[in-house]
Amino acid sequence: MAAVRTSSEVAFNRAAIAAVLVATLIFLAPIYWIASTAFKPKELAVSVPPTVLFEPEVTPFVRLFTKRVQMQKPVDPQVYEAAPWWEKRIYDGGERVLKVGKDVQLSQYPDRFMNSLIVAVISTVLAVGMGTFTAYGFSRFKIAGEADLLFFILSTRMLPPVVVAIPMFLMYRMVGLNDSHIGLIILYVAFNLSFSVWLMKGFMDEIPKEYEEAALVDGYTRMQAFFKIVLPEAATGIAATAVFCFITAWNEYAFALIMTNRRAQTAPPFIPSQIGSGLPDWTTIAAGTFLFLLPVAIFTFLLRNHLLRGVTFGAIRK
Amino acid sequence: MTQIELRGIEKFFGAVQVIHNLNLAIADNEFIVLLGQSGCGKTTTLRAVAGLETIDNGDILIDGKPVQHLKAADRDIAMVFQSFSLYPHMTVFENVAFPLRATRMSSGEVDKSVREVARVLRITDLLDKRPSALSGGDMQRVAIGRALVRRPKAMLMDEPIGALDAKLREEMRAEIKRLHVKQGSTTIYVTHDQIEAMSLADRIVIMHEGFIQQVGTPDEVYSHPANLFVAQFVGSPVMNIAEARVADRPGAASVTVGDAPAGFEFPHRLLSKLNGHSNGGLTLGIRPEGVLVRHDAAPGYMPVEASIIEPLGSFDIVDLKVGSTMLRARTKAGYVSGPGEKVHVRIDPEQAHFFDTASGKSLGVRL
Repeated sequence: MAAVRTSSEVAFNRAAIAAVLVATLIFLAPIYWIASTAFKPKELAVSVPPTVLFEPEVTPFVRLFTKRVQMQKPVDPQVYEAAPWWEKRIYDGGERVLKVGKDVQLSQYPDRFMNSLIVAVISTVLAVGMGTFTAYGFSRFKIAGEADLLFFILSTRMLPPVVVAIPMFLMYRMVGLNDSHIGLIILYVAFNLSFSVWLMKGFMDEIPKEYEEAALVDGYTRMQAFFKIVLPEAATGIAATAVFCFITAWNEYAFALIMTNRRAQTAPPFIPSQIGSGLPDWTTIAAGTFLFLLPVAIFTFLLRNHLLRGVTFGAIRK
Repeated sequence: MTQIELRGIEKFFGAVQVIHNLNLAIADNEFIVLLGQSGCGKTTTLRAVAGLETIDNGDILIDGKPVQHLKAADRDIAMVFQSFSLYPHMTVFENVAFPLRATRMSSGEVDKSVREVARVLRITDLLDKRPSALSGGDMQRVAIGRALVRRPKAMLMDEPIGALDAKLREEMRAEIKRLHVKQGSTTIYVTHDQIEAMSLADRIVIMHEGFIQQVGTPDEVYSHPANLFVAQFVGSPVMNIAEARVADRPGAASVTVGDAPAGFEFPHRLLSKLNGHSNGGLTLGIRPEGVLVRHDAAPGYMPVEASIIEPLGSFDIVDLKVGSTMLRARTKAGYVSGPGEKVHVRIDPEQAHFFDTASGKSLGVRL
């Protein structure tokens, strides 16, 4: 059908597009700032006015991944010539890379990054998995005190989690869960579960129960019906819930700061700790932050089709 | 060979009893239609047979074996839902094959069975499509295919064509009939549409408020309604119902409708058949085609005035004022020219039904 538009509609449309563009620019500005700083030469990072055009370099990333010390005297030209390109960039900055024998000593960043990945992925899988099963139960069966139970589950979100940080810390120390992956995972699952249950319940309620009933009559058990019919139908909801849970766990700062310091420390409390002493090396911090943003961006990008609803609709008559 | 027997089925939803002592024996290959308004317990009964609903009392027997404690999966029956319930994430082929995937059938046999059913239902060229790309009628064909493919002991259908538009409904009705004649399987079909029931059923079970009102062939429930509910539920246009008094006249009986000034003439033997119901507590039921109308006066005809005329194409429905009671008559199209026209009317004694007003039960009087 050809839509005939009046001039005022066209004007409104243009204004709306302009508003969305402006908003997008505002939201993207900090990300651009971080991304550009991550590729800047050190001395341009804090230049006023900010440099927009510069020759990008990956030296901040080299610094991010290596342990370095300041050099007292200039490097031996022969050593410099023999060094690989990335090591030369470090020498150029008046530093040298620490080594044990021939092996380069890595900074703590890869470790912290892995910790973040482990904690976020496992806690997301657990929170979404448990949430999906729980939501299915609430959606399909008569449960005594259903409304009260759901309210109770929601009530765990009614105060900021940090309020319980100190008691949690003491309890964790008592049972030896502090500075452990499993400790953080339990915490993040606990935060995300109520959200996951409520969100998944909404999606489950939308899946007609005739789907499962048809499967039950066709010779399947309820468990089989759940896995063959309900889960594929709930894929959209599971993807959306997983994205939110992952972002929450990935970005969590306060508990990670309090509960972990060495073994299980995640990236969010680690990155600012590098600002610490002396003149902050903004380019290296920006490089760390930039890399930290990538997993969430990639994860969301991969699930984008599921986030767009409507794929599974239209095959049942209501 | 599949017989289904329901013995003393009772079902409660909380404190509300939705099925009262329901007994029904369904023969092999029989097409049974459960007919009733929404909330009459017909769907609950069907779901109980399917195993999707538990029962509180009674036995459900399939081929003589009680199945009420078996899970739906173990009853070997198939069900078609009003909502079609096709899985959107599977192709038509996979939807039809789905019940077979629960068995140990080899994929070659699955393929063969699906294509055979698809051929019968004329959906072969749809097998690669997704349900969302199908029309309503095709969706229902696929849903029926999914039910047929397993060659189940019995087919259950819950308003399978209720969601389609009128024209398609008629088409699919004929198709279901054709399939049943061809494939022959014990079928329980739930509907609120009496035309569907009449055209499809070997026997109709009419339900109301959890009770079976009457079980019979379409002709039986139409010609011999067991009570006032059935009389008014089956048949379109609806049967006329009116309080009636019967008087003894020389050589005849006179049936007065409501407060009409005169009575209609009936054969004298009506009096003996009514068995003392002649005064008070008697209700006359007459279908519009049993109300005979003519322009000129004739013996036994009463002069009345036409009130409203509904032209329905092949015939008209004319409301006639008999005292303060309205009798609806079925006439040839255009027979009565307009409201206010004087015509003469008679009730065909052979088509009259008599009911006990208090209990609503038919007195079984046929002349």
